[in-house]
Order: sequence, then structure tokens, then C-alpha cells
Amino acid sequence: MTLDNPETADGLAALLAAYRPAPGTRDEMLDETGAIRPLWQSLMGRLAEAGDDEISTSFLRGDQYLRDAGVYFRDLDTDAAGERDWALSHVPVLIEEAEWNDLAAGLIERADLLEHVVADLYGDATLIADGHLPAALIANNPGWLRPLVGVKPRSGHYLNFIAFEIGRGPNGEWWVLSDRTEAPAGAGFALEKRVATNRIYSEHFPKENVLRLAGFFRAFRESLSEMRTDRDSRLAVLTPGPSAPTYFEDAYIARYLGMLLLRGEDLTTENGRLMVRTVAGLRPIDVLWRRVSSGSTDPLELNEASIFGTPGLLGPVREGNASLINALGSGVAEARAMLAFLPRISEALTGKPLAIPNIATWWCGQPDQHETVMAHGESMVIGPAQSTHLPFDSKDMAINGADFAPGTHATLRDWIAAEGPRLVGQEAVRLSTTPAFVDGALVPRPMNMRVFLARTGEGWQVMPGGFARVSQSETPTAMSMRTGGRVADVWVISDTPVQEDTMLASAAVRERRPRAGTLPSLASENLYWLGRYVERAEGLIRLLRAYHTRLAEGLGRHSPLLDLMASHFEDFGVDETEPMPTALLNALDSAMASASQVRDRFSLDGWVSLEELTASARRFGDDLRPGDDSARAMGSLLRQLAAFSGLVRENMYRFTGWRFLSMGRAIERAADMSTALALYADPSAPFGALELAVELGDSSMSHRRRFSVATNRETVVDLLGLDAMNPRSVFYQLDEVLDHVRFLPGSGEPGHMTPLNREIVTLHTRLKTQTPKTVDTALFNDLRGAMNHLSTLLSSAHLK
Amino acid sequence: MRYNIGLKISYDYASPVSSARHHLRLMPQHLPDEQRLVSALLTIDPPPEERIDRIDFFGNPMVEVIHTTPHDALVFSVTARVDRIGQGQAAPAEISMQDLRAQLGDLRSLGARSPHHFSAASTRIARLPMWREYAREVVTGGLSVRACVEALGLALHRDMRFDPEATTVATPPEDAFARREGVCQDYSQIMIGCLRALGIPAGYVSGYLRTEPPEGQPRLEGADAMHAWVCAWCGVEAGWIEYDPTNATFVGTDHVVIARGRDYADASPVIGSVRVSGETRTAQAVDVIPLD
Repeated sequence: MTLDNPETADGLAALLAAYRPAPGTRDEMLDETGAIRPLWQSLMGRLAEAGDDEISTSFLRGDQYLRDAGVYFRDLDTDAAGERDWALSHVPVLIEEAEWNDLAAGLIERADLLEHVVADLYGDATLIADGHLPAALIANNPGWLRPLVGVKPRSGHYLNFIAFEIGRGPNGEWWVLSDRTEAPAGAGFALEKRVATNRIYSEHFPKENVLRLAGFFRAFRESLSEMRTDRDSRLAVLTPGPSAPTYFEDAYIARYLGMLLLRGEDLTTENGRLMVRTVAGLRPIDVLWRRVSSGSTDPLELNEASIFGTPGLLGPVREGNASLINALGSGVAEARAMLAFLPRISEALTGKPLAIPNIATWWCGQPDQHETVMAHGESMVIGPAQSTHLPFDSKDMAINGADFAPGTHATLRDWIAAEGPRLVGQEAVRLSTTPAFVDGALVPRPMNMRVFLARTGEGWQVMPGGFARVSQSETPTAMSMRTGGRVADVWVISDTPVQEDTMLASAAVRERRPRAGTLPSLASENLYWLGRYVERAEGLIRLLRAYHTRLAEGLGRHSPLLDLMASHFEDFGVDETEPMPTALLNALDSAMASASQVRDRFSLDGWVSLEELTASARRFGDDLRPGDDSARAMGSLLRQLAAFSGLVRENMYRFTGWRFLSMGRAIERAADMSTALALYADPSAPFGALELAVELGDSSMSHRRRFSVATNRETVVDLLGLDAMNPRSVFYQLDEVLDHVRFLPGSGEPGHMTPLNREIVTLHTRLKTQTPKTVDTALFNDLRGAMNHLSTLLSSAHLK
Repeated sequence: MRYNIGLKISYDYASPVSSARHHLRLMPQHLPDEQRLVSALLTIDPPPEERIDRIDFFGNPMVEVIHTTPHDALVFSVTARVDRIGQGQAAPAEISMQDLRAQLGDLRSLGARSPHHFSAASTRIARLPMWREYAREVVTGGLSVRACVEALGLALHRDMRFDPEATTVATPPEDAFARREGVCQDYSQIMIGCLRALGIPAGYVSGYLRTEPPEGQPRLEGADAMHAWVCAWCGVEAGWIEYDPTNATFVGTDHVVIARGRDYADASPVIGSVRVSGETRTAQAVDVIPLD
């Protein structure tokens, strides 16, 4: 393809009709003469040839991937401009490998500088003594954690995974806008966006020599792996949990890297070692990739109000028994006022200026810098000195000096004078623009990049591209990012073909298979309850379908059979006159809530099917009419639920987590079937009750196959109570539970059985020795209570 | 002055506690020129499974104890003998506010006693206009730092009502100040907020107070519980001076230091993480008996 082709040229003219970069601003795609830069010609040519329809179809493909990947499934918090809510900007930002390499070298230099500064501030503080950093600035830096002073990280390094927010100025030079040394988010997000962008440019992408991201993550994972002292211990991602906006990404990256996903409450300490609470008791762990801010990790020694933490976590850190990535307290380097001092520190250390400077910054806590801001405040961005937000984050309080509005303080100068050391002034940056589709037209929009660096065995590695923010606003200042925008992929393009690369290639598979019983208790509890809620929903749906089928067949609401069913509904807390009973929606919501806590243990499809099921149930809502309409709706829900069950059965790895989920289902189903049999197989049950029981047990076919006679009480209790081959029978469920319990850690040898083991063996034997003639309603009622007892025993043995 | 000190803090839980962690700052410190620890014994009942002794950032000795066996009561007891010498004042604290600011700007240290830690807001003491307004009202211009401390302490003692029932350890100082009542913790944290608003670095001191007064003197407030007061930085030469706003007095030989920090959060006698259901009954008994 060449741009000289007349058709392409026409297409290009149409594509670029609205593309007018602002004067005095650098554009990534067009050069100063308005010509397309060579790097961009192939991609623009491709877009020009594609035409509007093809473009919008391929964009939809990318969006669909992200939707399926669950990027939009999170409960968005009120922070509408929060960084995770940014949708995909479909046009990638392109950068040449040679330029990227220069950029990378400059950022590595800066990473080393930050490591030096953090190590110094937690060590000898010579930067303070020598006057390179003011003591008052550090003393008031909320990221400088006093309990960590003097605590050297076991690995020898404070920083292992960091990010820089960078932008390009009018003359093509790059600037660092912000350093992210605490727990930078977005790398997992970049991976998802890369997959989505690949879908959009599925034909084009392989032809471009775009550097792959997987190698970066593989190297990082290897380096984490090397930090372990116990080769059997697993690596883990420490997340704040599902309430955090980054939770989806945490779960995604944990799954991608094959690491455990843990929350503070999963952890504890024992004799100075860090331990995970698992279904088999406490297990050691010593490397955590922390996605929680340092202050929140230990409510006993750090932020006492933290709800995400592990009381006592600092113990193992202090004793050198645990590596946290990054080291606790690394956030000290993020404070904005640090930018005022880093360039000079670098010069003092290396004798030359930083290859990539940061934006000029003046801290108002020092007389000379204070003077500068007082004099030139109108042309600066003024904001909180200790802020770790990005200047364009909506949570940040920074303002353009020129936009100062009188309030508590009459003038900008009054404000700066009064707040002094709490403020910094920063030069207002003019960012470069990059192509974005807005309302179907290609237009230039300001952008900045987030570049991730990981420390590996061979030193710092820079993730090749992946993450740029593209502003919604046309104003090319960093501040304009605050109004929100989109995230674009960044393609680093090589002159030479690039090797295919995936994460699977190495470490993740070479990693020893984890031993049984290392499942965190919290995760198993959620899987167990997911099993129970899904089964409860299924039981309810079957019951509702049976009820509405009978209504449709003309049975009156007050006929003896439906009367009996009403008492059954009451048992479930269901109002059967509601079109879509609240109790059913509650069961589905609870299943979703449990599932959302264990996203890392689920296939995407499993999650999506559960999500769709819940959405369908809500959609049916109040429009359902009693009788046939409702019966059909329930039938449709049942089939969707089968999709979820099928995915779990067919795809879920047969490990401890799967056992807890299966036990949840089996215990709920056994209780459910016992209830049904107690009601409908009672000798006093009305006509039609036995058939109803068989229908609820989905066993009409089996009944026909096994018995040549019509249903009678004995055939029904045989098939649904005692049959070891019928996956709907009570006995079959007990068999399942018994099988799972045997595999649970510490379940006990004969003579040393756990209470849980004893209870299930007793129940199992009790039912096994019955005959269809001897089982009675009292036994089924007993069984139901026994299942609850079993659940309690399971919780106290493995889920606390 | 030599004291025998006895402390007993007990917790009765409504239901057994299966695991607990506590950080304890209960033992009088050994401070050259200020006080000498002659003997010291900390008893924990039931005995913990783990015990770690260390020094915190601000130089305070502390003990971390971990219980992992179920228990329904917990008692911390201290028996100690201390020689209290008083505050070792290196130089008179008559420095002007202007000189204080200049000295502070030149001070390049983040050590435990560096005033830089004590200048701005801290965990429990926010930077609030109310501190500034009150401090400006009761402190007139041109006073030395030491005079500012005393003026502020006297004003608070006059305006606040001592009431052990009015507040708890969790009450923010601004709430206690709005009601003008509280205990030593509230008096101290309010005074710290005001001192910082004036630009004087100020911190929190927890300790013991002699139980019975010398012959013919009134009994001090707060003597039957653990006590707290304020330290203020008076320049490089004079260093820190300590003042007890609850009793409107500079600290001398009636006070015994346990821990110093920016506010209550840094110096709390007991910080605990206990999973407990139901109510916990707590009791505290203190005796500080002079031997001379």
C-alpha cells in the first residue's frame, strides 16, 4: 500500500479533513509542514482505505473485547474521572524504537535517582544534612513513614516497579510530569488495551513491527520469583479488595502472572514471618506485589484507620522476612514538591543534568522559590506541595494561577503567602497532540504517556509502550486531562520484525505446581458461598417454573398442590405472586457478590455467563405474567444457569477452590432436595405431588428408564433420595461432599477424624443403609438440618 | 525525687478472644539528666506467645505482644522505681519567635528530636483555624517562646473544665475544645494544635504524675490515671521544655516520662488489635508513690 494510490489519497483527504493541530503545538502524526510523519503513514493509509463502516465495526470489536473482559463490570465509584473509567481511544500513539530507546535510557537514569533518594531518606538522610532536601518538606511528607526509617529492604532495593507520567513539549522534547513510586496502577490495564487494539487492527497489527509487552512482565515476574527465600512459597498480589477501583486490574494481573491475589485480612504473622491464612492453616509467604498504599498495610503501626491492612505486617518486614514491592514508604518520592529538588540532586550525584527533565517546580517553603512563585504565579499551575495526585487528576486541588478565584484569600499572592510551604508552583506545560476519533472525525487531542519500569535481574526494564491518556479537551495543557478522556495503546515500532511473545512462554509454566491446601480461606469461603447461592437460585427457578406451569395448566392457586407449594415458597422466603421474586434476585446478587471477590479464580466466560444470567433476571422484571409467560422465562433462566454450571464443570481446574464451590452446591442441593421430599413425598401429600418432586429433581427421564411403573412414593424416594447414580439425589450429594472432604487438608485418618469428617461419614452411612420403605419424612427433615450443621462445621474448620 | 510506680491495666472480654496484638508504651524511660530507671518489671497475664522489645522512631522503648491462645481477660502490670531529676534545661528558653523561625529554617535534621516533626498537622491533631484564632487571642505579640507557652497553658487551664467523663481516648481535640472540657489528653492535644498554629513546634508526652502531693499542696488533676502533657521547642540552645496544661505548670519532679511523640497516636500507652464480640470492660489503676 502506498499513499500515492489515488483512492488512498482521496480517503486520506477525507480522513484528515477535520485534523488541524493548534499552532505552536507539536503533533505526533503531522509534522510542521502538515505532512504525515513516515512512522504514521502505514496506519493512516490503512484507516483511509478502510472507510467509515469498517472503522466503526473494528472499533466495536475492540470495545466488545473490553466489555467481555469485564473492564466495564466494575461498580464505578463516584469519581467519574478516576483513571480506571477511561474508555479506549481507538487510535494508538506511535513512536519509533530508536526514540523510545533514548527515552527509556533517560527514565532508567531517573529511576536510579529515585532509588537513591528513597534509600537515603530511610537511611542516613545525607540529602537532608547536605541541604539538598529541606527537612521540613520530608517531615511533612505523608508518604515518609517513620516506622520504616532504618528498615532496609531485604532485596536491597526500595523500588522495583514504578511508572513515570511523561508528556512532550512543543519542541519535541519529553518532560516528566510526575513520578509514581508507591504502587502505580495501569500496567494490567495497558495489557487489556493492547489486546483490544489488536482486535481492532487485527490485520494491520502483525505487519507493523510493534514491540510486545509480555517479555516485560515475564522478566518482572522472574525477578519477583528470585526474591523468594522459600522456593515453595507462592508470589502474591496484595489488593485493597473489590471496593477499590483498581480491583479489576489487580485480579487481572494476578491471573496473568499466575500469582495469588490476597487482601490484608488473608495475611497474618507468626514468629516474625508473614503467613497466609489458607484452608490448611497458616502458610508462609514472603514476596508481595503491593497494590495497596503503604500507609494502609498495617493499621497497628501505620494508618490506624485503614480497613485494608494486616495488623503486625511491619514485623516481618522489619525482620527481613518479607519483601514488599515496592518497599513500604516508597511513596515519599511521589510528592509534587520533590520535583523542585530532584534535578539538582541528580546533578550533585552524577555531575550532569537529567537526560529527561521534569517540569519546572518551585516549593513555596523555601524563601527564594517562594519569591519566584509570588512573582510569576499567574503563569504557573499552583497546587498542594505534598500531593501525590497527578496535576490533572480530578482529586487534585491544583489550579492555573491565572484562574485564581477570590475566596478565603483575596488574591493569588495572599493565598501563596498564607499557605507557603503547603504549595508548589509549576510551569504550565503544553502537551503534544495525537489523533483521536471524536464523533466519527479524526481530530488532534492532547496526550501524555505513562511508562512502566520494572527492576529485573539485568537491571531496569522499560515496558515498551502500552499506555497513553488522550484528553477530551482540545486545550493542550496538562490540566486539560482533568476533564477526563480516553486511554490509547502506545506502539513502539521497530525497523525489524518482532518476535511473537506470550506470557506462557516461560516462568508461569515452569513454576512448580502449587501444593494442595494453599487456597486462602477468604477465597474458599467466597467460592463455597458462590456454589450455595447459584444452587439456591437454581432451586428457586425450578420451583417457580413448576408452579407457573401448573397455573398455566389451569390448576387454581388454592388447589391442594399449589397450596402446598406456597408453603414451600414461604420456606424460601419467596412471595410467589411477585412476577420476579426478590428472593431470586437476591440469590443471584449474592452469587455475583461472592464471585466478584474471587475474580482471579474464574474464567472470564464463567463470570460473563453469571453476569448475563443476573441481567436477564432483572430484565424480565415486573413484566412477567403469571402462568405460561413466567414458566417460559424461568426455563430460559435455567438454560443460562446451565451455561455457568457447564463452564465450571468443564473448565475449572480440579483444585481446592473447585472443591469448595462444589461442596457449596452439593450441600445446598441436598438440603433443597430433602425439603422437597419431606413435602412432596409425604404420604399425606396431595395428588400430583410425586410428579412435582420428580420434575423439581429434573428426573422424569431417569424415572422412566429405571421404573416401568408410574410414580409412586417408593420409586420417588428411591430415585431422588437414595440413588447413587442420579446427580439430583440427596445420597449422590452426600457422596460428593464425602469425596471432597477426604481431600481437604487435615481431614483426618480413621481414629482421628475431624468433626466435619465424622459428621459427613455418619450422614452418608445413615442414608446408605436405608431402603425406599424405611425412609420417612422425619428423616428428610433431619437431613435438612444436618446439612446446615455440616456447613457450620466446614466454616469453622477451613473458612475462618 | 524517687518514686515507686505501679500500674495495672485490665481488660475483661465478654467472649473469649482468640488472637490479639498490642503495642505497649508503659515503662518510664531512662533519660540522662532527666530521670533514671532504677528497676522495672512488666507483667503480662496471660503471658503472650510472642514478645518483641524495641525502640520506636521517637526513641521510646516499646513492647509488642502477641496472644494466639484464647483468653477472656488480659492484664498489663508495671512495677518500676524511678529517680526523677527534673528537666535538664541547657539554657534559658527566652528566644523570640523570629529567631525561632530562623533557627528552624536552618536546621537540617530528621532525627527523633528534630522539631521539624512537630511543626505541622499530625495524625490526631489537624491544622485548624480554631487553634490559630484562640492562640492569637490569648498570646500577645512580642512574647518569648517560653512566655507564649505559659500564656497559652494558663489560658487553657482557665477556659477548660477538667472532666474525666466528658471525653474518651478517641475524642478529637477539636470536639473537646468546642465543649471546653476533657482530660489531660485533650488539654495537651489542644495546646499542641495552638502552639503549632503560632509556629512553635510542639509534641505530646505521656507519663506518670505523683499521686499524693507534698505536704500542704493540693492534689494534682489526673493523678489517679496515666497522665499526658506538652513539650515545646524553644530553639537550638534551650531545646525542648515541657508544660502540663491540665495543672498549668511547667514540668518538674512531679512528672515521670514514658513516651514522646507528635500526638496521642505516637505515644499511646496501649494500641491494640483485638477481634472481640460484645463489650469489653477496662480498668486502670495507677500509683506513683514518692520514697523520699
